[in-house]
Amino acid sequence: MSNVPVDTALEVTPAAAPIVVRAGAKPRRRFVFVRNGKSVTGLAILGVFVVLAVVGPWIAPYDPSKVGVGTLLAHPSAQHLLGTDHIGRDVFSQLLVGTRGVMVVGVLAAVIATLLAIAVGVTAGFLGGAGDEVLSAVSNIFLVIPALPLIILVAAAVRSTSNLTIALVLAGTGWAWGARLLRAQTLSLRRRDFVEAARASGERTWRIVWFETLPNLTAIIASSFISTMTFAVLSQTTLAFIGVANVNDWSWGTVLYWAQGNQALARGAWWWFVPAGVLIAVLGMALSLVNFGIDEFVNPRLRLAGLKPREMRKRGIRPRIGFTATVRDLPRRPEATR
Amino acid sequence: MRFLVRRVVFYVVTAWAAVTINFFIPRMIPGDPVQALINRYQGQLDSHAIQALYVLFGLDKKVSLWDQYWQYWGQLFRGDLGISFSYFPTPVSQVLRSSLPWTVGLVGVATIISVVGGSLVGVYLGWRRGTKADAIVPITTFFSSVPYFWLGIIAIAAFAVTWKVLPTGGGYDGNLLPSWSGAYVGSVLQHALLPGLTIVLSSIAGWILGMRNMMVTVTSEDYVTVAQAKGLSERRVMFGYAARNAILPQVSGFALSLGFVVSGTLVMEMVFSYPGIGFRLFQAIGGKDYPLMQGIFLVITLSVLVANILADVVYVLLDPRTRQEA
Amino acid sequence: MSIADDLDRYAPDAVRARAARRPVLEIKGLAVDYGYGDTRVHALRGVDLTLHEGEVLGLAGESGCGKSTLVYAATRLLAPPGLIASGEVLYHPVAGDPVDILRQSDDELRASRWEDTALVFQGAMNSLNPVYRVGRQLTDTIAAHRPSSTKAEREERARELLTMVGISPERIRSFPHQLSGGMRQRVMIAMALALEPRVLIMDEPTTALDVVMQRQILEQIMELRDRLGFAVVFITHDVSLLIEIADRIAIMYAGEIVEDAAADDVYRRPRHPYSEGLLHSFPPLHGPRRELGGIPGSPPDMGHLPAGCPFADRCGFVFDACRSIHPTLVRPAVPGDDASRLVACLRHDRAALAEAGMPAVEVPGALAVR
Repeated sequence: MSNVPVDTALEVTPAAAPIVVRAGAKPRRRFVFVRNGKSVTGLAILGVFVVLAVVGPWIAPYDPSKVGVGTLLAHPSAQHLLGTDHIGRDVFSQLLVGTRGVMVVGVLAAVIATLLAIAVGVTAGFLGGAGDEVLSAVSNIFLVIPALPLIILVAAAVRSTSNLTIALVLAGTGWAWGARLLRAQTLSLRRRDFVEAARASGERTWRIVWFETLPNLTAIIASSFISTMTFAVLSQTTLAFIGVANVNDWSWGTVLYWAQGNQALARGAWWWFVPAGVLIAVLGMALSLVNFGIDEFVNPRLRLAGLKPREMRKRGIRPRIGFTATVRDLPRRPEATR
Repeated sequence: MRFLVRRVVFYVVTAWAAVTINFFIPRMIPGDPVQALINRYQGQLDSHAIQALYVLFGLDKKVSLWDQYWQYWGQLFRGDLGISFSYFPTPVSQVLRSSLPWTVGLVGVATIISVVGGSLVGVYLGWRRGTKADAIVPITTFFSSVPYFWLGIIAIAAFAVTWKVLPTGGGYDGNLLPSWSGAYVGSVLQHALLPGLTIVLSSIAGWILGMRNMMVTVTSEDYVTVAQAKGLSERRVMFGYAARNAILPQVSGFALSLGFVVSGTLVMEMVFSYPGIGFRLFQAIGGKDYPLMQGIFLVITLSVLVANILADVVYVLLDPRTRQEA
Repeated sequence: MSIADDLDRYAPDAVRARAARRPVLEIKGLAVDYGYGDTRVHALRGVDLTLHEGEVLGLAGESGCGKSTLVYAATRLLAPPGLIASGEVLYHPVAGDPVDILRQSDDELRASRWEDTALVFQGAMNSLNPVYRVGRQLTDTIAAHRPSSTKAEREERARELLTMVGISPERIRSFPHQLSGGMRQRVMIAMALALEPRVLIMDEPTTALDVVMQRQILEQIMELRDRLGFAVVFITHDVSLLIEIADRIAIMYAGEIVEDAAADDVYRRPRHPYSEGLLHSFPPLHGPRRELGGIPGSPPDMGHLPAGCPFADRCGFVFDACRSIHPTLVRPAVPGDDASRLVACLRHDRAALAEAGMPAVEVPGALAVR
């Protein structure tokens, strides 16, 4: 529950997406943003977590809920890679098994929220007028209302707090940011010539939306998917930590819940509360990296052309506004230009 | 002033939406909401609590949903948010009144420090892009990726358990009585230091990155180049032209992100057992205190709306285009 | 051909030296790249250009030919990923030795900016800081360069400047969004003249405006120039406009100057096939009508320029040498041409052909009008 959405650059420069994909372009081109180095690193880490989510419960050395598989509060050792908790359960197994819960909630919430965001954002952008006003107001209301207390309120009222419920609640509260971005981008696309041309030639609205607009929103959709997943992972962890989610369903937040509730801090059992947080941080970083890559793709002003920063410093080039970089020991006459 | 009028309408609608959501959530569950809550908490509610729930939901008398809704508004305007179970028979409004100042003091001050500090660092990073200053970006990314509460746990482990330089939690030293004495105020500040610093540390990253990206975007505007062409001093171009414009989306971003930030800081209060709204929410969850949860949701939403209105006023002061008479 | 003649051809500076006119800005061998790595594009490839005192120099060419890049690089205002790769830009002060702008320190550059050379940018919409009043943007320039002036003096000067460009002095209290496009561009001109610079660079200053406004602003600029005597570099893709207002015109193509001559010469006696094509792509404003035609093809991809002449693919007078020899600026091979005019075309460059062992060719009639 912490991330301030950092991709403000996306919304204020709706005209910043220079790469417009025409209908019928090779699908390969639509996902060029994932070729960015940052995105690739982030996606690789994400892949590892997905694999862990699938195989975690099978490769876990112990049953995470089984009491007394080791001595109480044992330090990390060969038998218990990340030690044991206050009743002798294996922390490593708890984290491995818990990965599935985190990833399922994260992905599920992100998928549902992104679909909602597309529906609301693209519709608002295309409708314009009163319909747009209403839909924008609804998304802004959901943005302004603090999500966590609302989620707690809903989770406390519903009968079960299974992963599915949590994912649904998170999707219901987390879609608004993406809708806002998509609306802005749709608005700017709608005014572009090729959409105007499609309109003028009498293409049906659904065709314009499907073939002319959506392909050009891929980067923003991907970015909002990633942001929502970050939000969902952090929220799920928070809910588990404060005991709103079912504390017997293992997830990283659940591990922290038990640690916090049983004086892990005072007892100095660092292996109990540090690894879970590190996992969340690594997953969060991976998601941020993917989004940075997409941001740099969408907003070329964030990119440094051609050279790695370190290499540029070595060559004495500092890209600045108002003082154009010159190569070090600027030659007075061009040698090989003619 | 059209801008402000539009915003005020928006806030009124949002406040209405929050109250209505608050009213409907427990009633959306099929059947008797009180019975549903009783079932959910499997006999952990005593008869007082059940009676309080019936009164809160307006189910002590048989009335229509519509009448219940109006009654609910009537109660709200009288400041009646029902009775808290966990502090029975203290009214929810009184519980909130005693804890709100703590939250406003801690979260408010920490957020202001975080926004101002983060924006300044972001201005510098955006301006000095392509230099060694860029190395701060991955560090801030890390801090924006960890949950607030975990950073709080680590902070306690480091500064309160391992080095014992600061208290592990609470709002003040339990041996002191609340007063304006130096000892008490000092104790309050001492207890606020660690949670405050942790909130700043975990939330500042978002402001830094947001401002940096805005600076990068704004510095490629023509007027910044014109300012450089005019031979103005570096400071003047950086603050008067680039940052002065980059701050605008930052202010509107602040308004929209406040909900996220506040949510994170609430959990921080739980970790530090800080006697504010967030800690009360934690206790309400533990004590299945539904009226208190509802009251907290309302009061947090309204506080966020007030902060939003302040941000809008600042925005209007900063951007002359919003002051245009239509 | 004599050795002296030969030297003449390869020393454009000597050719250009005009006894009566002193240069104010001298660009020598300026090369600019976009991007820093291996994929960088050479946007300017060794440009030589001299601006003389009080002269109106027009810079024309299709979009993307490097005309804006040239002036922004020469003032070091080119935005990243622009990179100045080589060359020098000499500013000749009223008294004293010329200074190389490309090698000035930040502080020196800052101090000389706007004092010596002021600019009017392409889009007046975005040239003004939207959150400051017009007056403040006029006075902060003066304050930066004349720190001893008082606030009242600066305000007075700002009012005077606005009046000079035909705007009511009360507008000093206006924000940019309260002004029309034409008014904003006038404010930018007023701002550019605040310190009475010797050089005024105008990058398509009227493109975004309607025709009537364009005319008014142009007349204003010309009148102010007559009064204040600054030199002007005027960038536009509209050659007909330049013919009216410029003393001299430099035509650019693919990051190079291909023709540099007096305005009237360019108009009546174009020597480069590209200039000739440009002249036929719009109707003349005055004088006899002539046949309209465009230039076939489109500007070359700056990342993949051919080995020889970059215009070869679109040129109606192309011959085999154009594919292998890169033409440089030389005097046209038309007897009786003004000694200061230059053209980069192999049709005129017999020496280059001789050096490559190729037979000489005739100058086509269209490129040898007298």
